Amino acid sequence: MQLSVWTYEGPPHVGAMRVATAMDGVHYLLHSPQGDTYADLLFTMIERRDKRPPVTYTTFQARDLGKDTSQLFQTAALDVVERFQPDAMLVGASCTAELIQDDPAGLIENMGLPIPVIPLELPSYQRKEHWGAAETFYQIVRKLSDKSRTRSPIDGRRPLVNLLGPTALGFRHRDDIVEITGLLGHMGIEVNVTAPLGANAGDIAKLGEADFNIVLYPETGDLAADYLKREFGQPAIRTIPIGVGATQDFVREVAALAGVDPEPMLQEGLSRLSWWSRSIDSNYLTGKRVFIFGDATHAVAAARIASEELGFTVAGLGCYNREYARDIRAAAKLYDVEPLITDDHLAVEKAIKEAQVELVLGTQMERHIAKRFGIGCAVISSPVHVQDFPARFSPQMGFEGANVLFDEWVHPLVMGLEEHLLTMFRDDFEFNDHSGPSHLGPGHSAPAPEDFAAPANDTETVWSEDAQRELKKIPFFVRGKAKRNTETFAAEQGVATIELATLYEAKAHYAQ
Amino acid sequence: MNASLPLNTASAVDCAPVLKERGQREVFCGLTGIIWLHRKMQDAFFLVVGSRTCAHLIQSAAGVMIFAEPRFATAIMEERDLAGLADANEELDRIVDQLLERRPEIKSLFLVGSCPSEVIKLDLSKAAQRLGAKHGRQVRILNYSGSGIETTFTEGEDACLASLVPVMPELPASAPPNLIIVGSLPDIVEDQFLRLFAELGIENVASLPERSVADLPGVGPNTRFLLAQPFLGDTAQRLKERGAQRLDALFPFGVQGTTDWLKVAATEFGIDLQHFEEITLPYQLRADRAIAHQRKRLEGKSIFFMPDSQLEVPLARFLANELGMVLTEVGSPYLHRTHLAQELAVLPAGVILSEGQDVDRQLDRVRATKPDLTVCGLGLANPLESEGLCTKWAIELVFSPIHGFDQAGDLAELFARPLRRRDVLRV
Repeated sequence: MQLSVWTYEGPPHVGAMRVATAMDGVHYLLHSPQGDTYADLLFTMIERRDKRPPVTYTTFQARDLGKDTSQLFQTAALDVVERFQPDAMLVGASCTAELIQDDPAGLIENMGLPIPVIPLELPSYQRKEHWGAAETFYQIVRKLSDKSRTRSPIDGRRPLVNLLGPTALGFRHRDDIVEITGLLGHMGIEVNVTAPLGANAGDIAKLGEADFNIVLYPETGDLAADYLKREFGQPAIRTIPIGVGATQDFVREVAALAGVDPEPMLQEGLSRLSWWSRSIDSNYLTGKRVFIFGDATHAVAAARIASEELGFTVAGLGCYNREYARDIRAAAKLYDVEPLITDDHLAVEKAIKEAQVELVLGTQMERHIAKRFGIGCAVISSPVHVQDFPARFSPQMGFEGANVLFDEWVHPLVMGLEEHLLTMFRDDFEFNDHSGPSHLGPGHSAPAPEDFAAPANDTETVWSEDAQRELKKIPFFVRGKAKRNTETFAAEQGVATIELATLYEAKAHYAQ
Repeated sequence: MNASLPLNTASAVDCAPVLKERGQREVFCGLTGIIWLHRKMQDAFFLVVGSRTCAHLIQSAAGVMIFAEPRFATAIMEERDLAGLADANEELDRIVDQLLERRPEIKSLFLVGSCPSEVIKLDLSKAAQRLGAKHGRQVRILNYSGSGIETTFTEGEDACLASLVPVMPELPASAPPNLIIVGSLPDIVEDQFLRLFAELGIENVASLPERSVADLPGVGPNTRFLLAQPFLGDTAQRLKERGAQRLDALFPFGVQGTTDWLKVAATEFGIDLQHFEEITLPYQLRADRAIAHQRKRLEGKSIFFMPDSQLEVPLARFLANELGMVLTEVGSPYLHRTHLAQELAVLPAGVILSEGQDVDRQLDRVRATKPDLTVCGLGLANPLESEGLCTKWAIELVFSPIHGFDQAGDLAELFARPLRRRDVLRV
């Protein structure tokens, strides 16, 4: 057993729902008790979908258990075919149904249904949501892709690619696809199929006609891409085009596989991020400490952007999906931080607190953590909440995606010009850090009054009144660090009382 | 509208015809109640013994995660707990040790059963006894099942409160009469009721649950109780077994319901009727005024209840009798005939009652009926809105203060708001 307060991922059958809901004409029959129907609200409320997810729950009850739950399942299967007339049906069990061992796959096989049926084995007590989505998508591709439809000779036609991995409830998947499809179109490359999001059974059937695959979301698309490589010999691109540099890398790789010239795209398509980041207002971004946590793909991409494209210091990096821990470990080496691989949000909270950062890039969990600490935060990865499904076009991928990232990550920080003013007016009676930055509302990020008498470390050092007054003048978001450093310095030097001079000597000592 | 199943109010209510349905349901399980129960019982912690799905359900139903470390959690069962490699009981003990070490302020711990724990027959009452023997000095350990194979949504609260009844202190036959309000109410509503009973002159009034599990009220042969919620069948049964008597009344929604609910208690406690009228009249008038604002908007509008919380029948009665709404189908996951007898008797004639659910067929009826307002769960609301139907999410009726005189206007407003919004929007 594992003690869990909040979870980053749902059970694997929720992953299967994300695939079924993303597609057209695919219905999911889930052998499950009534409580499992809660999952519908993820799609209808959080993503604001205007249709019910195409899921039928058998909703067996305790009184059914001694009798025939398998009959219930078979009746439900017939109802699904009659009422929804899907092109294909997924069948599987949720965690409770897995225990009663009704074997949905076996039951459905003998029924001779008039549509393709794809049985799913998603071990609820071992696996989680992303894996469930990846496995479901893979099973769909295996069953529905037409082995006789392979790529035609290239002569004269435009190169064809598949975009793999986007699902329902995915973080900005809707907009990423539009952005990447447009970018590929500019390069003269056509999208054969995007799947699962927006695809139907007919689309899956023609996956083999593409020249190669682009895995936009490895967590959900990798298994299918591996299969397509084995079955159709299609190579896969796994460079994730998030950020300017990564998008340029992506363009070059795609161009190489497609046999087109990347240069026109690279010349034309540079994101505004590059200039925005070089403009002088962005000077204040230099060295801002950021903590990054999310699914591995988005976290690794975010770290590169933070470090190379915004000039931040990556002060923490981690992911909740162990399947991709290797990527995080490799990236963490680049930034010289300890990789954090955990799905315990309390461990993440502790790490954020210890890292003393000015910005958190994370999921909705980290958004809540950051809010409690009064640190700015931008969301970069699922799980996300309703406000992270914006009405406007806001991709993460491609050159426009990079523009979006600049805005969304810089927005939670105090603006450069404003920071300058804060310094000037720090002691002003109506414009000091106790009244809070005005545009964020009173007390939004102002810290609780600190107890200056108590040392931050376990040391015996005492602060003189002068030094305390000076400490208060240091902006609140770095004050804790300044206090700790000064006390450590004083302890090392054997100084019992911290005077004004000690503060500045410590500052000089720690200056980099 | 299917008119073949009218409710005959003249005859005995127990034989009111009901459309009984058995099919796929779209409702929460009893674990969901933890969301409001843990806010009410401030010294309690709820540990669900279940799967990742249970954990995901609670955080999804809660909608937001305001609390960094809330007073609920899930002991997620893993493969080795099922394969017999690890004794599930030993694992549970380890988790509880870990939890109590981290949260020493916890005074009561509910072990909450789930579908998987029920199916593998993990005996949580034995576990509670065993852990009680170990941690009993620090914390009281209780258990109940919120599993979806046994409980629907609000029945989780019923199971939780029922688990408290055996540990309520015993009152002797010589004890003075006492009154217990049964059902988890928002503090503000509970305080209003306590003030009203005090004004009426009824002493010894307590609540189940109290804000602290440590303060459970006593129960004995002179105990009378009023149900504040219609879904507390088991709790009422257990209280009766301990000698308490249920006072049969309408549920305290709207002026009619609240007045009747208070009056039944006043009569039982020998309060002079004229005194009752004097005390309650100003409250009734104030509530009438608050309701009047919404009547213009709701009068003559038709409403359809999908089954959700068992609050459907009393709320339908309020909307029909005090706001002039037209009831089409009133669905409830379960109709407790005895506890709802008075409610059913004052429902207008011609209402279709349905019990249980076959969600797709019921949605067909919604589409055929085209009600002005459909009360439904979160999974159904946006899809129905996109089909042009106006909806009210049912879960808000469980989370919001809606009982009593001073919430009657707010309750009406909850139903009026979606309609008002429709009128306002020009997009």
